[in-house]
Amino acid sequence: MTTVPIHDAASHGTTKKVVTWREYKAAQHFRNKEEEFDGVKLGMWLFLATEVLLFSGLFCAYTIFRLLYPQAFANGSSYLDWRWGGFNTVVLLISSYTMAASIRWVQLQQYARAQANLLFTIGCGGLFVLIKFLFEYTPKWSGWFFFLDPALSHYPDSGQRALGGLFHFVDGYGGKRPGELFSYAFSSDPYEHLWWSVYYSATGIHATHVLIGMGLIFWVYLRVRKGMYGPTHYTGVEMAGLYWHLVDLIWIFLFPLLYLIH
Amino acid sequence: MASIDNRNANTIGAAAGHGHGGGHHDEGSYLSSRGGLIATIWDWATTIDHKKIGVMYLSAVLMMFFFGGVAALAVRTELLEPVRNPSEGVVTGQWLGSFLGVESTNIAKNNQHYNRVFTLHGAIMVFMVIIPSVPAALGNFFIPILIGAKDVAFPRLNLLSWYIYVTGSIFGVLAILLGGVDTGWTFYTPYSTTTDADQMRVVYMVLAAFILGFSSILTGLNFVVTVHKLRAPGMGWFDMPLFVWAVYATSILQVLATPVIGITLLLLIFERLFRVGIFDPGLGGDPVLFQHFFWFYSHPVVYVMILPGMAIINEIIPVHAHKKIFGYRSMAFASLGIAAVSFLVWGHHMFTSEGELAATVFSALTFLVAVPTAVKVFNWVGTLYKGSISMTPPMVYALMFLFLFTIGGLTGLPLATLSTDMHLHDSYFVVAHFHYVMMGGTIIAFVGGLHHWWPKMFGRMYNNRAAIIFALVQFVGFNVTFFTQFVLGTRGMPRRYASYVDEFQLLHQISTVGSYILAVGFTGSLAVFVHSLLAGKKAPQNPWGGLTLEWHIESPPTTHNFHKEPIVHHGPYDFDTVLPPGWDPEDYPVPNAREQAAAYARAAHSHVGHEKH
Ligand code: HEM
Ligand SMILES: [Cu+2]
Repeated sequence: MTTVPIHDAASHGTTKKVVTWREYKAAQHFRNKEEEFDGVKLGMWLFLATEVLLFSGLFCAYTIFRLLYPQAFANGSSYLDWRWGGFNTVVLLISSYTMAASIRWVQLQQYARAQANLLFTIGCGGLFVLIKFLFEYTPKWSGWFFFLDPALSHYPDSGQRALGGLFHFVDGYGGKRPGELFSYAFSSDPYEHLWWSVYYSATGIHATHVLIGMGLIFWVYLRVRKGMYGPTHYTGVEMAGLYWHLVDLIWIFLFPLLYLIH
Repeated sequence: MASIDNRNANTIGAAAGHGHGGGHHDEGSYLSSRGGLIATIWDWATTIDHKKIGVMYLSAVLMMFFFGGVAALAVRTELLEPVRNPSEGVVTGQWLGSFLGVESTNIAKNNQHYNRVFTLHGAIMVFMVIIPSVPAALGNFFIPILIGAKDVAFPRLNLLSWYIYVTGSIFGVLAILLGGVDTGWTFYTPYSTTTDADQMRVVYMVLAAFILGFSSILTGLNFVVTVHKLRAPGMGWFDMPLFVWAVYATSILQVLATPVIGITLLLLIFERLFRVGIFDPGLGGDPVLFQHFFWFYSHPVVYVMILPGMAIINEIIPVHAHKKIFGYRSMAFASLGIAAVSFLVWGHHMFTSEGELAATVFSALTFLVAVPTAVKVFNWVGTLYKGSISMTPPMVYALMFLFLFTIGGLTGLPLATLSTDMHLHDSYFVVAHFHYVMMGGTIIAFVGGLHHWWPKMFGRMYNNRAAIIFALVQFVGFNVTFFTQFVLGTRGMPRRYASYVDEFQLLHQISTVGSYILAVGFTGSLAVFVHSLLAGKKAPQNPWGGLTLEWHIESPPTTHNFHKEPIVHHGPYDFDTVLPPGWDPEDYPVPNAREQAAAYARAAHSHVGHEKH
């Protein structure tokens, strides 16, 4: 496929191409769209700074409790499977690539590819959250494993099933919960519940951000379909991209802190 | 060279003769609306005009100020009498209890009700009144105008912040209606995570603070981008009015400090809902961590409160003393300096709960804050010196501010000194200190700013004499209320108690009487404003003789503020070289207007060569 020059795209709007781009004019209180773009970008970076600061509180709590209760943290992180964490890291990294690619395709007016990339990004986000809930949160919290979970082969089967056999119960595995909810019987350190408090708070808030990011990208996707972006105006796509990269970046910090350091 | 007022008319493009409302332009005032009541309400509810949003914030803030004020009067009334014997009960407790339908003569319960009333007062005043007061209400209205822009950078986000503010306030009110919260506005753990454990209202209150913080982040972010990107041609950073500088510094603080309270409050909510134990010593958590997080936000936030107050004084003093501000650059840098240092001193709220080394370091750093603060006070006094001061209501408020804020700032120093703070901490001395800075500083400046810009905002003058009289009533009431509290504090009266030993009764009673006087003062100001709206004289374009851009346009402004993009040719305070635009001494509502005019004319003619181009 070749790129179509801007003006042609607008005037033809014919056979194959569904999306046509209408040249964007700046909002009335900006002098021109370049300044508007700069303004929006500055605003977005400030917003990202607030997100970093939000998570910095969690990192701070992590550091302090790790120093206070090193053994509890070592035990806690040993229950996490680095392969799930690593897989999710790769998923997010790929999605960051496709997000960036979609901006490029919008600039080149290859709208079908842009849309495909955006949907793929959303899919990656969904996969990330799904893995988190199905293979990480659920078994640890309750002892119920999804039947496809490879970890099942390591544990003696208690025989209990739920949801028509979709979930298998492993005795004594669950109960790794935060704070007072903690009921895991085999912990060897009295403060392990604090590890889980930090773990669930940090990853839970991060997962919420992934969901918000997916919503944002979907909104951008709809706008791309309506032909609101093009070679000289792609603000929304770029901003959603910045947000998505930040969410990715935070995971890049959370992954080693939670999964790799013991 | 063309005569100066002509030139102003050309460069600004607004009516420069003493334009009464600019009737000869086709574009109407931002206040005018077509259609019936429903259409008007809809128009306001969906507006993205920064001026209307400013007015909407103003109304919301004033309403919350009223509620917070009623709670304060209830607290003070309670303190007229100590609870002399345990069976007697706490009056506000009983009163609130019966109001909420949980009648009780049990003293502990009643004390708890007292705690709820002062928490309600503190939380409303801090989160719903002072933080949004100047930036969100007056800032929204004037920041774009002062830099020559049509609107803030993100008008829709601006409207969204207002709705978020309202949502947060609704949660706060909900928490109160469900029975109130007795944690104090500081939400210290582990008390806040355990009190009323079976109830949701603490969660609602904390959620309210979280949501309000979000609103404040978005407003701050909006202003930072606005100031960076939308300044009119010719307005460099150091040509900006100082109001803009100070609100800019405030906005940076809001953006950088609020997320930390965001995560803190979220963790607090988790703590209450799931008992995660991060702040709970019973589970190995660290309650002092909460204090660190809380004050890491809440100390900068006291500057979020005071910087905008200073911002207003920066405008009032030069305009009403008709003199160039003293030390413009040092003022701008002092705002930024205060913002920077304020991130390093949070530990001074925790001298009794942190380590000795930390306390020493935080004490030393705290003294640093006093330096840029003092620079500002000196500059204001320097501006007044040999100025031609008009005793207008805004000027009266500015002088009150100088007096009260200086006391408030200076009493911060004994609190920053470790050895004295050990005695003064959690006493009425602290209460008096922060009321002198927050109320005597920010609220007084806010009301002063309202008087300064009222004619511009609503196109009406008010009765100057009445306004000044009520200002003085407030001044007297304020000092009677709070100076006594310094004395109470040094004598050992702890804060947040419904009862006290008999020796303190006289001082408490004086303080309570003072609070009634204050109430009269504020009610009076409200009456002055209402009278102005109903029967006030039409405001001229430039009643006080100011030079900043808002005085170049009609009162009230048109929807787009300017008829064409303004080009800035003179500094905001060049009173020695520029004749105020659209200014007519006949309009000037002070006795010495003619002398002022003559002085201006002389100055303008002798200095014409020094104008900035
Ligand atoms: C000259 C600058 C200032 C200094 C050196 C200073 C110092 C202090 C110190 C050391 C405390 C802690 C006292 C204690 O709890 O034992 C304190 C409390 C407080 N200050 Fe300031 N302060 C200054 C200005 C301000 C300003 C401008 C504001 C607000 C507009 C403010 C608001 C407060 C509040 C609200 C508290 C009490 C908070 C609470 O415990 O509820 N201060 N100040
Ligand atoms: Cu402080």
